[in-house]
Amino acid sequence: MNYVILGAGPAGVTAAETLRAADPQASITLIGGEPEPPYSRMALPYLIYGKIDEGGTYLRQDETHYDQQRIRYLNGRCGGIDSSSKRLYLSGGEVLPYDKLLIATGANPIMPPIPGAHLEGVETCWTLEDARHILKLAEKGSPVVLVGAGFIGSIILEALYLRGCDITVVELAPRMVARMMDETAGGMLGRWCESKGVKVLTNTKVNSIASGADGEPRLSVGFSNGQSAPADLVVMAVGVRSNTGFLVGSGVQVNTGIVVDDYLQTTAPDIYAAGDCCEGVDLSTGKPDMLAIQPVAVEHGRIAALNMAGYSHRHRGSLNMNVLDTIGLISSSFGLWQGAQVGQTGKLVDEGGYKYMKLEFEGDKLVGAQCVGMTDHVGMLRGLIQTGFHMGEWKGKLLASPERLREAYISVAQGHPSTGPTAPHVNTPRAGLGVAAGSGH
Amino acid sequence: MGWTGKILRVNLTNGTVQSEPLNMDWAQQYLGQRGLATKYLAEEVDAKCDPLGPDNKLIFATGPLTGTCASTGGRYSVITKGPLTNAIACSNSGGYFGAELKFAGWDMIILEGKSPKPIYLNIVDDKAELLDASDIWGTSVWNTDEWIKAKHQDPMIHVATIGVAGENGVLYSAIVNDLHRAAGRSGVGAVLGSKNVKAVSVRGTKGVKVRDGKAFLKATNEGKKVLAENAVTGSGLPTYGTQVLMNAINEAGAMPTRNSREVQFEGAHDISAEAMATPRSTDGEKNLQTNQACFACTIACGRISKIDEKHFTVVNKPQYWHSSGGLEYEAAWALGSNTGVNDLEALTYVNFICNEQGLDPISFGATVSAAMELFELGLLTTAQTDGIELKFGSAEALVKCVELTGKAEGFGKELGLGSARLCAKYGRPDLSMTVKGQEFPAYDARGIQGMGLTYATSNRGACHLRSYTVSSEMLGIPEKTDPLTTDGKPALVMAFQDATAAVDSAGLCVFTTFAWTLNDIAPQIDAAIPGDWTPEKMLEVGERIWNMERMFNHRAGFTAQDDQLPPRLMKEAAKTGPATGLVSGVDKMLPEYYQLRGWTADGVPTNETLSRLAV
Amino acid sequence: MLKALVIDAGKCTGCKQCEMACSLENEGEFNVAKSRIRVFDFHTEARFVPYTCTQCSEAWCQQACPVNAITTDSMGVKVVHDNLCVGCKVCTIACPFGTVNYNASTGKVIKCDLCGGQPACSDACPTGAISYQDAEQGGFDKMKVWASQSANAATSEGPNTPKAAQASGSGH
Repeated sequence: MNYVILGAGPAGVTAAETLRAADPQASITLIGGEPEPPYSRMALPYLIYGKIDEGGTYLRQDETHYDQQRIRYLNGRCGGIDSSSKRLYLSGGEVLPYDKLLIATGANPIMPPIPGAHLEGVETCWTLEDARHILKLAEKGSPVVLVGAGFIGSIILEALYLRGCDITVVELAPRMVARMMDETAGGMLGRWCESKGVKVLTNTKVNSIASGADGEPRLSVGFSNGQSAPADLVVMAVGVRSNTGFLVGSGVQVNTGIVVDDYLQTTAPDIYAAGDCCEGVDLSTGKPDMLAIQPVAVEHGRIAALNMAGYSHRHRGSLNMNVLDTIGLISSSFGLWQGAQVGQTGKLVDEGGYKYMKLEFEGDKLVGAQCVGMTDHVGMLRGLIQTGFHMGEWKGKLLASPERLREAYISVAQGHPSTGPTAPHVNTPRAGLGVAAGSGH
Repeated sequence: MGWTGKILRVNLTNGTVQSEPLNMDWAQQYLGQRGLATKYLAEEVDAKCDPLGPDNKLIFATGPLTGTCASTGGRYSVITKGPLTNAIACSNSGGYFGAELKFAGWDMIILEGKSPKPIYLNIVDDKAELLDASDIWGTSVWNTDEWIKAKHQDPMIHVATIGVAGENGVLYSAIVNDLHRAAGRSGVGAVLGSKNVKAVSVRGTKGVKVRDGKAFLKATNEGKKVLAENAVTGSGLPTYGTQVLMNAINEAGAMPTRNSREVQFEGAHDISAEAMATPRSTDGEKNLQTNQACFACTIACGRISKIDEKHFTVVNKPQYWHSSGGLEYEAAWALGSNTGVNDLEALTYVNFICNEQGLDPISFGATVSAAMELFELGLLTTAQTDGIELKFGSAEALVKCVELTGKAEGFGKELGLGSARLCAKYGRPDLSMTVKGQEFPAYDARGIQGMGLTYATSNRGACHLRSYTVSSEMLGIPEKTDPLTTDGKPALVMAFQDATAAVDSAGLCVFTTFAWTLNDIAPQIDAAIPGDWTPEKMLEVGERIWNMERMFNHRAGFTAQDDQLPPRLMKEAAKTGPATGLVSGVDKMLPEYYQLRGWTADGVPTNETLSRLAV
Repeated sequence: MLKALVIDAGKCTGCKQCEMACSLENEGEFNVAKSRIRVFDFHTEARFVPYTCTQCSEAWCQQACPVNAITTDSMGVKVVHDNLCVGCKVCTIACPFGTVNYNASTGKVIKCDLCGGQPACSDACPTGAISYQDAEQGGFDKMKVWASQSANAATSEGPNTPKAAQASGSGH
């Protein structure tokens, strides 16, 4: 069997490794689009503020890992796919026949059509090469304009802050991380950043980028509010779109991302897709969506590979979740953080203390959550939402006291049923997800 | 090293908080917690001050072993001038609060002045803030605990708070931490309330380090082994709690009953440890649900109980149907034997309320007991008691009293003054079973003679925990002495007092001394902090602390006259049990005790003694 | 034979000796806030429940790590490599058991690694609530399989998954 994997991000690498484990005899080719070893984009911010060197961004640390796994790793960009003859054409002219193909080409950053966006000093923060540019331009004290305060923008914000840059962040939406958290949380993050000396401009657009005057910083950025700011560096982080342009004419159907079925197979035979480039099922809605996050990429990669290798694995859907460190203020969101259509909400807000917890229920199941300022045992939120435990009496308790989440998790998911006096005994799955505390009865 | 080296000083009048270094010279002389905080109080507070006025200060203090793995290393003390006694007050508590304070990086909190409005002190590591408590003022300990955790969205916060009793100035109100552990005695809660401070909440994420980690593990592991192998700490206390004593003390004829008119209680078995662990006839459940350890404690004597949901005290009150802190021996005695009530569920309920409203069950129970005697004598009538038929043995009366006392409503307001003031008001001060204004606990001074001297000389007013000679006189720890004689008791009491002062200053629980001697404890302290800590040095520190406390009281106006037991114990002989015919021999013991202490015949430490100890 | 922490919550008194032993072993100081094992206090129910990582074979934390900073050792233990961890916290939200925590003072995550085969928590437990046993003895293995299937089922469904494929992911 000859497997070709296009894209060497987390989805591609995980798929290659899964295939190797599932099919020891197969030929596996992994194609990366950049002249680098497979690395993690998520790690770039840590490179920018010096926590790690470039080697620290690599997905696998051992240089010989791919050789040891007998995974052929090569660089190249796809020029097209002929699904009827099962051939993949690299832009350099090389032709790769395949038995099964996985497309894991991820996403690319969107460059908004702003006048001056082509000028030197305007960067995205997406590739290792981008990071190298930023490292050159962002010195301690450098004025930097960050365009976009979404999830990715906010991660970059922290890296630039820790690098000592003088930051102005511009966001079109009325708040930071508008697609990850609500007004309360977004507002907290904004105030927090301002308290750290970051200028936060929400409801604001960048109208233009121009070269700065002599003796001034390289660039001058004009905003929709009429003001402007000087900048040694402008970082664009307004969003990403799936990287699928090369699929035109391949028979692989693309909407926002590549269309896949429950087995992560595309509309073309023997072609699968995984990660940011495809529309896998969102567990919370049951509908296809692009959930461009690391854990989903890995899940996709693994499940797609198992299906490619002949082990039928249905993808039930991935849980949307994010965790963000904004200059030390840590926030996270899970699932239907906006709330269910018909549901109930438990909420605690401590504006002064920068703490926020919001739990969303549908029936007696937890379906979504947002937290600001909470890190301990936060994964329990995933456990409860993803597994869909009936919370029983704990629903009422959590609506009143969301901070008791951990107790609720141990009781419900770990099979320590409550013997509380006021509520009826609840039937909970005894073994549940976990086992560490399972033998107490 | 052991100590964090930092004190949090809070000026409530100005609303300021500041960090200051711990006086390390004093730390070597006074070790920590009880000793060291008393040193600070004695240096900073006029002993004659109004305990409920802004000139009094209140100190939360940990010991060098608080927040370590030394068994029971989780204690803290509250030190202030007590409103019940006007003497030095030092109330010690377990639970988790003390360790958390240490983990936040503080050896002590000194609260001074008075806040203009109700506040609580919230501490997260280095950050300490005075926050508005108007939403929790007037609410219970339990509500406050829950409210603060929700407010800060952190269930791992530990809270020490007053209930409404402390707000209302009940003179024996407690500071309760972790829902049902309490710095219970002498009215430290009223002092906090007088300063408009509802609570202190703490979350700590810093570490506690010790001087020599390897030696510390060795010493603490050896200590734990001794506790585990000892019959009392390894088996009796975890299984039965302090309630293990109920039947034993009763059989010894040393159980103060019905305001100490008797020394044995016919209903003792009904309210004993054994009763708690036996399925109830009503619902087949046990009162005792489980035992609980305080922080770092490998004994785990704490009781967690659940009241019969059908019992008259809670039948329509589901808010009391959950498990919570159950009866310890002192509470079972004060609320039970001393009032003649043998209804275990009622006692458990009253104990719940004491925790919820922040009352010391010993002083509360003893005050009700005195009131019952006044009622029986016709000196109190239903006209004064809001219609309560205050009869010995009436669980209903006891329950009504507790509900009124915390709220300081009606007759509850009088009960909240304690038995000394109550009995004086109704013309029979002799019926108050107190020393220095504080009610004595669950050991009769006629049946256990050493405890008479213990109560008489305790610096915080009558107390069993200043020199628990019961260990020696009843249990033979460290060696058996005869409970019915006074011979050798002054020296025994003094030795216990000094050793206990040192243990109370270390961050450890005095219950360890059922199994540990200073030879077991000194190596643990020595491995934790610098200063070559030997058993001898600990005793010297203990003696120094004892004399310092005595001098504080001396300056506050206390004299040898205040070292007297109530006349009943001196005149009315025990009528039953082994002590039949005996009265307390405290008058015989005191002169010898003063002499051994190096005090004048009037009970004042001599200059030689003070300079020998560098007090 | 693989060994595992077996927890009998019914024996736990809530003393937190396990948390102190853990923090001393891993942080060099007594600091329960940084313990990898935690005792949950159900005070109204008279129960204390020690809780930590089960070293699940699914290893969601390991799969979610973008820089391969969590690997499986020869005993099946999931180990965080501090030199590789960038502190992105994705594992903390990915672990559905909530047993990977972020340590703000180091900027890295922490989780139970069974102290390299001699768990300090079980040594310190005075009541036997935490013991370190052959995995099969405690019925642990069976439960672990159940857990991994249950967790696995949440994202994908497949009766024929080869064991080897399940164990892959890190490539070690």
